[in-house]
Amino acid sequence: METLMSVVIGILFAIGVYLLLSRKLLRIILGSSLIAHGANLLILTMGGLKKGGVPLLEREAPSYTDPIPQALILTAIVINFALTAFLLVLAYRTYVSVGTDDMEQMRGLEDE
Amino acid sequence: MSWLHLLILTPFLYTILVPFLYKGLRRIHTGWFVLPVPALLFVSLARQIPQVAEGGTLSYELPWIPSLGINFTAYLDGLSLMFGLIITGVGALVILYSIYYLSKEREALHNFYVYLLLFMGAMLGVVFAENVLVLYLFWEMTSISSFLLIAYWYQRKSSTYGAQKAFMITIAGGLAMLTGVLLLGNITGTFSIREMIAQFAVIQGHSTFIPAMVLILLGAFTKSAQFPFHIWLPDAMEAPTPISAYLHSATMVKAGIYLIARLTPIFGGNMVWFWLVAGVGLITLFWGSFVAVKQTDLKAMLAYSTIGQLGIIVSLLGIGSAALYSGVAEAGALYTTAILGAVFHLVNHSTFKGCLFMVVGIIDHEAGTRDIRRLGGLMNLMPVTFSLAVIGSFSMAGLPPFNGFLSKELFFTGMLNASQFGIFHLETWGRLLPFVAWVGSVFTFVYCMIFVLRPFMGKYQPQKLEKKTHEAPWGMLFPPMILAGLVILFFFFPNVLAKYLLYPAMAAILPGFVAADSGLGTIAAWHGWTPELLMTLGVVGIGTIVFLAFRKWRGIIVRVPARFTWSALYDNFLAKTEGFAARFTDFYMTGRLRDYLLYIFAIFITVSGGSMLINGGFAFDPTGASPIALFELVLVLVLVGAALMVLWSRTRLTAIIGLGIAGYLVAAFFVIFRAPDLALTQLVVETVTTVLFLLCFYFLSSWQGKNEKVGWRVPELVIAVGVGLVVTIMALSAQGNRVFEPISRFYESAYELAGAKNIVNAILVDFRGFDTLFEILVFCMAGIGVHTLIKLRGEGKNPK
Repeated sequence: METLMSVVIGILFAIGVYLLLSRKLLRIILGSSLIAHGANLLILTMGGLKKGGVPLLEREAPSYTDPIPQALILTAIVINFALTAFLLVLAYRTYVSVGTDDMEQMRGLEDE
Repeated sequence: MSWLHLLILTPFLYTILVPFLYKGLRRIHTGWFVLPVPALLFVSLARQIPQVAEGGTLSYELPWIPSLGINFTAYLDGLSLMFGLIITGVGALVILYSIYYLSKEREALHNFYVYLLLFMGAMLGVVFAENVLVLYLFWEMTSISSFLLIAYWYQRKSSTYGAQKAFMITIAGGLAMLTGVLLLGNITGTFSIREMIAQFAVIQGHSTFIPAMVLILLGAFTKSAQFPFHIWLPDAMEAPTPISAYLHSATMVKAGIYLIARLTPIFGGNMVWFWLVAGVGLITLFWGSFVAVKQTDLKAMLAYSTIGQLGIIVSLLGIGSAALYSGVAEAGALYTTAILGAVFHLVNHSTFKGCLFMVVGIIDHEAGTRDIRRLGGLMNLMPVTFSLAVIGSFSMAGLPPFNGFLSKELFFTGMLNASQFGIFHLETWGRLLPFVAWVGSVFTFVYCMIFVLRPFMGKYQPQKLEKKTHEAPWGMLFPPMILAGLVILFFFFPNVLAKYLLYPAMAAILPGFVAADSGLGTIAAWHGWTPELLMTLGVVGIGTIVFLAFRKWRGIIVRVPARFTWSALYDNFLAKTEGFAARFTDFYMTGRLRDYLLYIFAIFITVSGGSMLINGGFAFDPTGASPIALFELVLVLVLVGAALMVLWSRTRLTAIIGLGIAGYLVAAFFVIFRAPDLALTQLVVETVTTVLFLLCFYFLSSWQGKNEKVGWRVPELVIAVGVGLVVTIMALSAQGNRVFEPISRFYESAYELAGAKNIVNAILVDFRGFDTLFEILVFCMAGIGVHTLIKLRGEGKNPK
C-alpha cells in the first residue's frame, strides 16, 4: 500500500506542479491545493499505514496507528485552508482591480 | 596614546574644525588655518632625524582589537620617517600654494581642506602603521580621500569620470592587497610587520608565499600607477593642481612604493619578486616616458612622466631586493646601490615633480590654458616660473647640476650592476635591463625638453590666450621655489641627505646591511669617466636629436599609441561588463512567475534527485508494507482520475469539481488509514474550499476565451514529471531507510498524562499546544487578510 501511495503522491505532485506553471490564477491555486493533498498524504504514508488501531484509547487495541503524523496533518490542513482562502480572495481582488487573471498579462504593470 | 599616534590623528581631528573656521571666518582664506598643521607635524618629525640617523627606531603600541591581533602600533624608522617628512613637508608647501591658487570667493574651500587633511592623515597612517591590517585601513582611506579630491569640481563630467576610474582601480588593487595581507597573516600567525620579517625563512618556504606576494604587489602596482594600471593617473589630473602636485606626484602614488620597500625584507631575495618588481618598473618607465612625449596637455605630460619616474623607483627596488638573496657578506655596492638609488630618486622626484606641477598650475592660472599648442614665449613674461620649470625638468631629465642627475646616475649604475648578477637568469636577460632603462631615459629627456621649450620659448601668441599673462604672485611662487632650492641643494650636498635620511631608510629596506656597512659609498657628482656618465651623455645626445626631429616623427608616435591605449581597453571592459550583466539579468529575470517556478523546481530536481543519485540514497524495501485491498486500488485510481480531471478539464467548473472529488477521496483515505479526526476536518474544509472556489469562479473570467483546452507545453511537462518522480523516489527511499523507532509510544499514555482518550487531540492541545496556538493565529490572519482585501479598496489607484 505504501508503494502505491508513494506513486499516487508523485502523480499528485506532478499534476500540481504542472498546474502551478500555467498562466491562469485559478489554475495556480488549484495546483497548490493538489500539492497540499499530496503533501498531507505523504506525511501520513511516511508514518506507516494501517499499523494498529485508530488512535483512540477507549478502543482497546494492541497497538495504535502513529498519532503524530495525524496531528501534523491536521495543523497542515487548517493552515492550507487559510492560505487557499486568502489566495482565492486575492485572485478575486486582482481580477477586479487589474481586469485579468492571466499571469502573462499581469507582467510589467506600472505598479511593479 | 603616544606623540606618534597623535601625529597621525591630528589631521583627522583638525578636519572637524575646518568647516567652522570656513563658515565663521569667511574673510580669511581657510588655508591659512590649515597650514600650521603640516608645518608643525613636519617640525616634530624633523626633530627625530638625528636619533633615527643613529639607527634608532621608535615604536608605540596602542591596542585596538587585541583579540584579533590588531594593534594600532605606530612605528618610526628611517623609511617611514623619510616618507613622513615628504608627506608633511610637501603637504605644507601645497597648502601654502593652494591658498593662492584657489579663490576664497568661488571655491568650496572647507571641502577642499577637509579632504586634504583626511588624505594627509591617512597617508601618515600608511607610513607609520606597523600592523598590516591597520596599514590597509589607512591605505583605503587614501583611496577614498583621493577620490573625493579628484572629483573636487564634481560638476565636471571629466572630474567624476577620473575620480571613478582612480577609485575603481585602486580599490580593486586594495582588495587584492587585503587578500595578500590576510594570506601573510595566515602564514605567520601575526599581522605585525616586524614579527613577519623575523619569520623570513618561514614565509619564503610557504606554499602560499607566491600568491600572497602577487596579490600584495597588485595593490602596490595599482596605487603606484604601474603598468598596466597606470591609466587612472592621467585622468586624475582633473583634480585641482595642488592636489595633483601633492597626491599624484609626491605622496599617494608613492604609497605603493612604500609598500614594496616596506615588504622587501619579507619578499625580497626571491626570483619572482625580483622579476615582477624590476620588470614591471622598467616597462612602466618605458611606457610612461614614451606616452608622455605625445601629450599636448602639460598636466597629462607630467602625469605620464610621474608614471615613468615611479617606474624607475620600482625597478630599482626590484633590483636591489637581490641583495637579500646573497646575504650581507657578499653584497657589496653591486646590490645595495640600487636601493640607494631608489630612495634617493624617491626624494628627488618628490621635490622636482611637486615643483613642476606647481609651475603648470601657475601657467594655467596666469595664461588660462595648459595646452602647449597655445602656449609659447612665456619666458620673458614669467621669468621666475621659467627658471623653476628649467630647474625641475632638467632635474627630471637627469642633468647636472640638479639632484635628478645623481639619482639617474645611480639608476644606471644599478641597472649596469644588475646585468652582471649571476642569479635569477640575469646572465641571459640582464643585458636588456640597462638598454630599456636607457631608452626610457631618452624619452624622458625629450619630454622634459618639450616641457621647458614649448611653453616658454618661441613666439608669444596672445590671441590664443584668454587672459593677459603676467608673473604669478609671490605666494604662489614661494612653494615651488623652496622645492627648486632643494633640487639644487641635494645636488651639492647629497651626502648630508644620505646620512640623515637615505641610509636609515635603506636600513629599513635591507635590515642588517647598513649596520654591516657593506660598501655603501658616498654619492658623488663626479666619479670620473664611468659607463654611467657615458650613458647620460648618450641620453643627452640622442635625446637632442630626437627632440629636434620631433615634428617629423610626431605624426607616427601620435597615431600608433592612440589605437592601443589601455584606457580604451578599460572603458571597453567596463561597458562590456555592464552590458553583459544587463543582458544576463534580462535573460533570467523575465518577470514571469512561470519561469521562476521552473528554476525553483529544476533546482529541486537536480539537487534532491542528483544527491540521491550520487550518494546512492535510493533504497526500495516493500517488506513492511501493508497489503492492498481491491477497493483501495479503485479509490486510488479514482483519485488519480480526479486529479487528471483537474488538469484536463475544458471548463473551470469541471476543474473545481475534480478538485472537490480529489479532496473527498483524500478524506476517504484518511478513513481507511485510521485517522477519524483528519477525515472530519478534511470533509469540512474541502466543502468550504469548494464553495470558495465556486465563488471565485463566479467572479473570475472564463478560461481564456471560450473553454479552451490546455495545450501540452514540454518544459513544464518535463519539470512536473520530474518533480513527481523525485517525490515518489524520496517517499519510497524514506520507507526503506527507517533509522529508529518512532516516539509515538510515548503518546499512548495520553490518558495518564493528559486525561485524554483521543491521542491526536491530546497532542494538538496538550503535548504540542503551541502549534495549535499559532495555527489559530494563522487562521485569524488569513481572516483579517480576506476581510481587508474585500473591504478596503485602493484609493483611486486602480479604479475598476
